[in-house]
Order: sequence, then structure tokens, then C-alpha cells
Amino acid sequence: MAIGWYLSVSALVFSIGAAGVLVRRNPLVILLCLELMLNGATLALVAFARMHGNGDGQVFALIVMVVAACEVTIGLGLIVAIHRRRLPVDVDQLRELRG
Amino acid sequence: MAEAVFFVASLGALGGAVGVVALSNPFYSVLALVGHLLSLAALFLLLRAEFVAAAQVVVYAGAVMVLYVFVVAYIGGEERPVRGAGPGFPLGAPVFAGALFVELCIATLGSGLKAIDSEGAGYEAGFGSPAQIGELFLTRFLLSFELASFLLLVAAVGAVVLARRRRGLEDEEDLAADGRRVISVGDLFRPEGVGTQAESAGLIHERREREERQRREGW
Repeated sequence: MAIGWYLSVSALVFSIGAAGVLVRRNPLVILLCLELMLNGATLALVAFARMHGNGDGQVFALIVMVVAACEVTIGLGLIVAIHRRRLPVDVDQLRELRG
Repeated sequence: MAEAVFFVASLGALGGAVGVVALSNPFYSVLALVGHLLSLAALFLLLRAEFVAAAQVVVYAGAVMVLYVFVVAYIGGEERPVRGAGPGFPLGAPVFAGALFVELCIATLGSGLKAIDSEGAGYEAGFGSPAQIGELFLTRFLLSFELASFLLLVAAVGAVVLARRRRGLEDEEDLAADGRRVISVGDLFRPEGVGTQAESAGLIHERREREERQRREGW
């Protein structure tokens, strides 16, 4: 398969994830949609690594996975803290930081 | 053969992505993401990224998703209808996503890179193998490797700080099921004024008063 096909799939996954971040109201699902966006980027990185025949892109993809794992840990910690304080787990109602 | 695998795997990846966004129960969203990650690992294998595919399955689809399932079970995933971006402009999110897709396609496919229409560079033995990735991590990308490990440490400490219990200990937790006090070794040797949670909740002070009272009454 040509590399372009992989890039189209990665662009599609990224846009679906971006739409999910905008549509959903549950912070857990918003984190899942962020994962989708990161995965779209990872697929593009691996596809370009294949295109150039160079391992650097794959190393970058692994670093992206590390960043995603950190983001998940902190995000889930925040959600658990929100739940502990009996606040609603809904981004529409958690708007104290809104400018 | 590669075309068929690509077709099935990309359909699985896109279907999983749509499932994450469209399913109203967060638990099913997590399961859809697991399917999406597995299909993505198949795409990585087609791109000759063996090690990334294996890490994706083991770390991502395994460990991270189990963490998600635990948190969904803890929070109690409520089913809530999926709504539009806002009451004033409900079509905003799909329009934005479509525009983003078109822009990304222009940015990548329209970049004029000649190799985009090819199958990529010739395959050399060992490309994408753990040996090659490990060598790159320990030679050219040593700094980013160390920074990644430090980032993971910071994230782990941060998660503990964020999610720990702040309200102090409940008094009931000190009592065993038959009503007797449970005294842990830490209670006997813990110095006062060190800011433990039991102390901030007033439990140690309360306990000392209770013992004082009991001694006065001649127990």
C-alpha cells in the first residue's frame, strides 16, 4: 500500500478524535478522544519512518506513547479527585476556571 | 494480501474511533478504544514497525486501558446522551472535524513528496526491530530517553498527589468489625506534630482526650 493511504487514515482518526473532544461532555471520554488524536499522530510518524526507511520516526512514536501514558495518569488522577470531592463529572458544570 | 490486511485493519481503526465518540456508555467507549488500538497495531506491523506494534499492544491496549476500566468502574459510568458542540451551533463539531480533515489531507498528501505514492524505502533486514530501536534510544536519542523516564516519574508522583485522600481518616476505620479499637504499630511510634492525615482530622487529639478521661474515671 502507498504511504498516502496510511496518512489519510491517520488524518481521519485525528479529526474523529478532535470532533469527540468537542462533542462529549464526560471528561473520561474526552481523555479517550485525546488518545485518539495522539494515535493519529503516531500512525503518521510510523508511516513517515517507513517512507524514509529510517528508525527515528519510530523512536518519536514511542516517545509519543510515553507522553500519552503520562497524560492519562494525570487526567485520571484529576477525575478521581473531582469525584472524591462530590463535584459533577461533567465539563459543562466544571467551569470555575473559565475566563 | 497487504491490501486486504490494510483494508480490514483501517476499517477496524476507524470503526473503533467512531465507537469511542458515538457510544454513550464510557465503558463501551473504552472497549472500542481497545479495538482501535489493536487494529492500529496491525497497521504498524504492515509498516514494518514490529517493536512499536508490540509496545502498543502490551503497554497501551493492555496496561493503560486497564487503568481506564478501573476508573470507569470507580466513577460509575453514567449513560449520557451525546450532544452537539453547543446549543447555539450544534453542527459546529462535525464541521470543524471535516475542515480539519481536509486541511490535514492538503498538508500531507498535497505536500508534493514523491515518496508518498510509493511503498516507502526499500526494506532492510532489522528495520524496526527491538535491536535497532534500542540502539537508537541509547545513542542518538539518549537525552529524550532519560527525559521520558523522568516524565513518567513526575506523572506517577503527580497522580498520587492528586488522587490521595484529603478528608482525613474516618473514625469508623479505626474500629474493627466487633467494635474493638485497632491500634497499628505506626500509632504507637508516630511522633506528634508531623502532619499526618490522622492528626489533621483531629483523631489523635481526640484519642488522647478519650484515654485521659478513661484514666481519670479510674479504668
